[in-house]
Amino acid sequence: MNGVHDMGGMHGMGPIEVEQNEPVFHSRWEARVYALHRAMGPWRKWNIDTGRHEIEKLPPADYLRMSYYEKWFARFVSLIVKTGVVTQAEVDSGKPAEGSAKVTPLLTPEAVPSVALNRNLPNTVDPSVVPQFEVGQRVRARNINPTGHTRLPRYARGKVGVVDRDHGVHIFPDTSAHGLGEKRQHCYSVKFSARELWGDAASPRDSVYIDLWDDYLERA
Amino acid sequence: MTLRVKAIESLLVEKGYVDPAALDALVDTYENKVGPRNGAQVVARAWVDASYKERLLENAPKAIAEFGYLGLQGEHMVVLENTPKVHNLVVCTLCSCYPWPVLGLPPVWYKSSPYRSRAVIDPRGVLREFGLELPEDVEVRVWDSTAELRYLVLPERPAGTEGLSEKELAELVTRDSMIGVAKAGKP
Repeated sequence: MNGVHDMGGMHGMGPIEVEQNEPVFHSRWEARVYALHRAMGPWRKWNIDTGRHEIEKLPPADYLRMSYYEKWFARFVSLIVKTGVVTQAEVDSGKPAEGSAKVTPLLTPEAVPSVALNRNLPNTVDPSVVPQFEVGQRVRARNINPTGHTRLPRYARGKVGVVDRDHGVHIFPDTSAHGLGEKRQHCYSVKFSARELWGDAASPRDSVYIDLWDDYLERA
Repeated sequence: MTLRVKAIESLLVEKGYVDPAALDALVDTYENKVGPRNGAQVVARAWVDASYKERLLENAPKAIAEFGYLGLQGEHMVVLENTPKVHNLVVCTLCSCYPWPVLGLPPVWYKSSPYRSRAVIDPRGVLREFGLELPEDVEVRVWDSTAELRYLVLPERPAGTEGLSEKELAELVTRDSMIGVAKAGKP
């Protein structure tokens, strides 16, 4: 969707404010929101793409006004209701409905260290999924404007770049976010010159690398 | 927010979906155990061990797994080497993707609209705001984390550090230098 979250290249957002010696969380509730989200992960009630899209769907003025963890909390409540973990009535009352089933937590304290840090290598190799492009090839980011979730930023659409590296096979977010399947396909770093993206005022030396899936690209 | 979050937590605990002790463990992990010191160890190793550096640039997940620093939001790692002629900068314009296992959770400025909007269109201006003025002949490469690839910048080893140990070198590797908005610290 062409939402306000897709902000690459926008002006007027103000200076970058850096906080010295910034804490990981600025208050206990932020820490709890983060932890709640992670603790619900093993239930697999939603995937990462659905989760990202839920934040994108916040009204634009709210999106810009809310802090990061305020957005996370809004998303979290929305998702646990939508996926039937809790009912809206339970959210309103703060109490489980009478006679509602009790489940057993999936994430135990003992499992936390291994979900945060581990040695599990990702698997992006699948010879049955054929890449549509190869390294060094000129490609154009398609000019598409889907109303659902997409990871093709607006600033790249219609622009021509060169495939810099093939990252192997990855889940396609545009379908995955909407329960329409993983549609695994190759994802590449595509190098766009700064001038292609932003015009002649940009440095002739600089470039932006964007990770793009097969379905976002066409031959140029 | 405090009360609203507490109410949702109690509800989920009562229904049995989450264990409050697991929440405590998660908070403790990201406040105390996972952070930029992890990435700094990887960088320092690459500075002192040429074959490790080669492995890191060739297959970052495998090289980082030697330390045990893979995990959620850091499975598909890519390491980008800064040189006197190339400067890499990492951003996520669409949300706030960040390599958690090696850098921890991102600072507010990384997640903010000013950084996300401007890093791709005016990287040199952004770097200037961080106090880093790059000569014209340095090539700036901005990496927009639009997929599940997570980028870690390998900053240049500072001059005058020949005699330092790997551990001492790791002290010079700042979070910002691994995002690409700064150079590594001086000894």
